[in-house]
Amino acid sequence: MSIHVRYFASLRETMGRMEERLSPDGLLTVSDVWKAVHQGQTLPDQPLCAVNMAYAKPESPVQDGDEVAFFPQVTGG
Amino acid sequence: MNLNKEEIQYYHRHLILSQIGKTGQQALKKAKVLIVGAGGLGCPILMYLSGAGVGRIGIVDPDKVTVSNLHRQVLYGFSQVGEFKAEAAVNRLKDLNPNIVLEAYAQRVSPENAGDLISQYDVVVDATDNFPTRYLINDFCVYLDKPFVSGSIDRFQGQLSVLNFTDNQGKKCPTYRCLFPTPPAPEIAPDCSQNGVIGVLPGIIGNLQANEVIKMICGVGEVLSGKVLIFDALSNQMMLFSIQRNEQAVQQALQNAPDFESFDYESFCSSNRQKINEISSVDLHKKLQNNEKIQLIDVRSIPEFQEELPNAVRIPLNNLQANIHNISKNDSLVVFYCDHGINSVRAIRMLPNHHKLKNVFNLTGGLAAWLKEEKK
Repeated sequence: MSIHVRYFASLRETMGRMEERLSPDGLLTVSDVWKAVHQGQTLPDQPLCAVNMAYAKPESPVQDGDEVAFFPQVTGG
Repeated sequence: MNLNKEEIQYYHRHLILSQIGKTGQQALKKAKVLIVGAGGLGCPILMYLSGAGVGRIGIVDPDKVTVSNLHRQVLYGFSQVGEFKAEAAVNRLKDLNPNIVLEAYAQRVSPENAGDLISQYDVVVDATDNFPTRYLINDFCVYLDKPFVSGSIDRFQGQLSVLNFTDNQGKKCPTYRCLFPTPPAPEIAPDCSQNGVIGVLPGIIGNLQANEVIKMICGVGEVLSGKVLIFDALSNQMMLFSIQRNEQAVQQALQNAPDFESFDYESFCSSNRQKINEISSVDLHKKLQNNEKIQLIDVRSIPEFQEELPNAVRIPLNNLQANIHNISKNDSLVVFYCDHGINSVRAIRMLPNHHKLKNVFNLTGGLAAWLKEEKK
């Protein structure tokens, strides 16, 4: 099993991918997931995070099989 | 609000829908909707809400139509280039539906006028292209207890949500600040002129916003409240994320209420960032005329404007890292510019620390501002 991470909007370009699967080992919160793909950097105020399609906070728990999504604030109109 | 003979014919396809019918059409005729932003999102919203028969529509936009708007802002044509969007929109929409009242406000929505504008309408549509205005609309809608439909687009993706909605059980739903308590720096989340946008995207997202307005007014279906819809035009994926109201964030908006006029939305949206030196077109022009030694760096990759500043060095943003050695350290002033002055800020932020000298400046408003000044 794994944690399914999805990126939206400009994050797809900065990350260079739309999604990835991470081993759940040591990943307890949304913030841990962010750090795992950002060389330990802390999750900034943005982007918005969701676990299993529901709004989540950096400290929200994650577990094996969860889908974690990050989407940035967008302003074009 | 009775419908006249012409209206019965005009709205025939609505009237035969059991979910709308005469009652829904009369509710639409009675409704007052303010659309802030008559750009990519605003155009389809305006066309379809006018067609739907929303009785009173206010249009707020301080901008004029430019050629680079036309690929997605399909309400306008070449003959309107240079006209105020709000006014050009009213002229076109009057022809589309003469039985509605249209009001043009060719001005920027600001803390000074937002209260007066918003209080005259039942529903607000946020179709703007910048964060200060998004937070401003949120705070006034929360304060005046108005629902608003917020939409935004970037490249191939768009998102929308109905915010500050009160459901039929009287429950208050999330606001913009519940979703995004603090704004990002402008160069992290640029608008369409910086990142580009596929022309059909505002058509899709704007129509979804218009659909939410109609549903809210007619009381049909499920309003997109407590959820954010994200659409990806490349994969055709449409996703719904559930969101929650955050009372702390709502209070923040309400706390600003008595002091709206003194709350600086512009600086709120650019706080926590290292300050960048700015130079205006007028000042740069003077310095160039005085033959001051200035190095001009053009960071555009595909310019919107063909013009360029004299003796500028072209280093597109995506090649900047590799070409930093081309930036002279001997000139008294180094001025970065692009079409609208946002990518050039990104460029300055990318400079390694030893280049972040006091003499590095951003041309405020970019070439657009420069060319405007030249015309005067």
